[in-house]
Amino acid sequence: MRWSRLACLALVLLPAVLRADEKRITIYTSQTSYTLLVQERSGQDFVGLLEILEPLGSVSATTQGRTWRLRFNGHNSEFTDGASSAHTPENDINMPVPFRLENGRGFVSLTALPPVLSSVLGTKKVIFREAARRLFLGNVILRYSTDFNRSPSRLLLNFTAAVSPRIATEPGRLRMTFLREPLVPGSNLTQTFDDRAISSVSYSEANGTAELTVTGASPLFASFSNEGRTITLSTAPQAKEPPAPAPPPTVPQPVPTQAQPAPTTMPPPAAAAPSPLPGTPHRYFAVLDASHGGTERGEALSPTLAEKDLNLAFARALAQELQSKGVSALVLRDSDATLTLDQRAALANSAHPAVYIAVHTSSQGRGVRVFHALLPSAVSRGAFQAWEVAQAPVLALAQPTAGSIVAGLRKHDVPTMELAAPLRPLNNLIAPAIAIEIAPNSSSIEELNSAAYQQNIAAGVAEGILALRDRLESAR
Amino acid sequence: MLVAVLGLTAYLWQFKRTAARLPIAPDSAHVAPPATGPSEQVTLYVAYDSPPALYARAGTIPLSSGRQERAEGVLRALLAAYTEPEAPHPLPAGSEVRNVFLVDPGLAVVDLNSTLANSHRSGILTEELTVASIVQTLAANVPGITRVKILVDGQERETLAGHADLTAFYDVGNVQRMVEEMKPPQ
Repeated sequence: MRWSRLACLALVLLPAVLRADEKRITIYTSQTSYTLLVQERSGQDFVGLLEILEPLGSVSATTQGRTWRLRFNGHNSEFTDGASSAHTPENDINMPVPFRLENGRGFVSLTALPPVLSSVLGTKKVIFREAARRLFLGNVILRYSTDFNRSPSRLLLNFTAAVSPRIATEPGRLRMTFLREPLVPGSNLTQTFDDRAISSVSYSEANGTAELTVTGASPLFASFSNEGRTITLSTAPQAKEPPAPAPPPTVPQPVPTQAQPAPTTMPPPAAAAPSPLPGTPHRYFAVLDASHGGTERGEALSPTLAEKDLNLAFARALAQELQSKGVSALVLRDSDATLTLDQRAALANSAHPAVYIAVHTSSQGRGVRVFHALLPSAVSRGAFQAWEVAQAPVLALAQPTAGSIVAGLRKHDVPTMELAAPLRPLNNLIAPAIAIEIAPNSSSIEELNSAAYQQNIAAGVAEGILALRDRLESAR
Repeated sequence: MLVAVLGLTAYLWQFKRTAARLPIAPDSAHVAPPATGPSEQVTLYVAYDSPPALYARAGTIPLSSGRQERAEGVLRALLAAYTEPEAPHPLPAGSEVRNVFLVDPGLAVVDLNSTLANSHRSGILTEELTVASIVQTLAANVPGITRVKILVDGQERETLAGHADLTAFYDVGNVQRMVEEMKPPQ
């Protein structure tokens, strides 16, 4: 039936348009997870039975008077409007709240879902966490365990399957919302750690979603590894503090507009890291994104060399080079993990870096191509920047950053080109975003795998970033 | 006569049922350029890999008079240049433009075949050259096109071959600026 296909399409699109204040139920199966609206009638919550079954098999329904006949995978069930009893393939069942028939659509109460679905689907494996409106069909439950390390403070969340939560950071906490994952807690909903940086992780669930909240005194950052099965929570490093200023003159000076310690007649103040705003928490200066990874190999540079692996090698070399020069850098993907473009952008944006560098490698051409974003057509409304053109406000800084990196590479005798490129996730980043595509400087692809070449490229890129460090720092 | 009509009806009904059950095979038939039509002067923006650049090349090809057919014709001529031996920007054999749809105002939707995308060389610059040459060639030969959307086998695809973004609409002016920025390697 065509309308059943349209209903399926609506089910797929519905999560994108559901409002936060609407009641929802999420159904988890081994094939898929989906969310439906819950209708309230006479103080009871109802959901469309056809809509629940649509993604699970072949389903159709007909109405005759007050009788609603459901056919699922060749088996018939019969419900009556206003009646608590129903006839299903397994047996006759008694529902705690009567069935409702409205405009040809059959609704069962949430309370009745487990026995109804168990009978219609012919399975005993129906678990309903009713308070949170989360329904699990079959062996789908996903669990997690925690592993806390000190020095530096790090919390590892290990999941039994790959996850892709929505991550939101705010002062003192990082929230991970699991919209599609059938996550359930262990015995403890809240675990505390005797650590100021990361103090606790707690589980909660409501309105069809599960959430893990990590609290701490420092800004927290999440990174994925182990093909999406591990999330590591860590604190952003402290920026290297400049040496204490010389003893101040006896005459009071006016407070400068730049973020420098203000000289006074008092003893020298404690040296503070440069910051455009007083009290701004320290963050990674650069986020380095080794492109591709996991199931996404990138270019097959040779039978043994995959682009994803070389991207990671270059990103690590660049991170080391920057850190050796006192610039904090985070390698976004520090393992062979699969990350989507949206995940990369979200993670990088949550780190609020001064600059983002995506690392690619290629067998084509010579030297390094340095790209800034070529933005698509999109309209931003009001104070909110459209996702597709999030880079727009900082594009004017991304371009000279690309130029500075080109200049740095040329000092290291690397042939370069500077271009714009329609390349995600550059356009989704709120920090100046650059992509570098590294090709060998000779006819040998193996050069890409040499430590000397990697170090030379890293040195050139780092030099370019450092040349604009103050400007990038003051802009974030 | 009645028996014949009933028999034919039953046959057609059975035929329709069978056809509805059969999976729809992807249309793999080659789409050939029009064999006839007045020859016209066109400008193809041909990509070169080394050094990477786009060059405007004048040519004469048979074209139909309709805007849509014209768009398809110039793009097929462009792809033919990339699938010849010694092509300056080689694309996989069998790369084709399935359709071009013109949606007013100013949008061209280019449907490429999966052979082109699935076997395209992977890399930011090489994919960008392909996209830019398609956009520039369309804009130069079909007046009024301001934006281009690229599909593969009728579907939206995240990237061409792992890099160039295909989820967005390409603004002709932006692509023009990108092409002008292509400088020879230092």
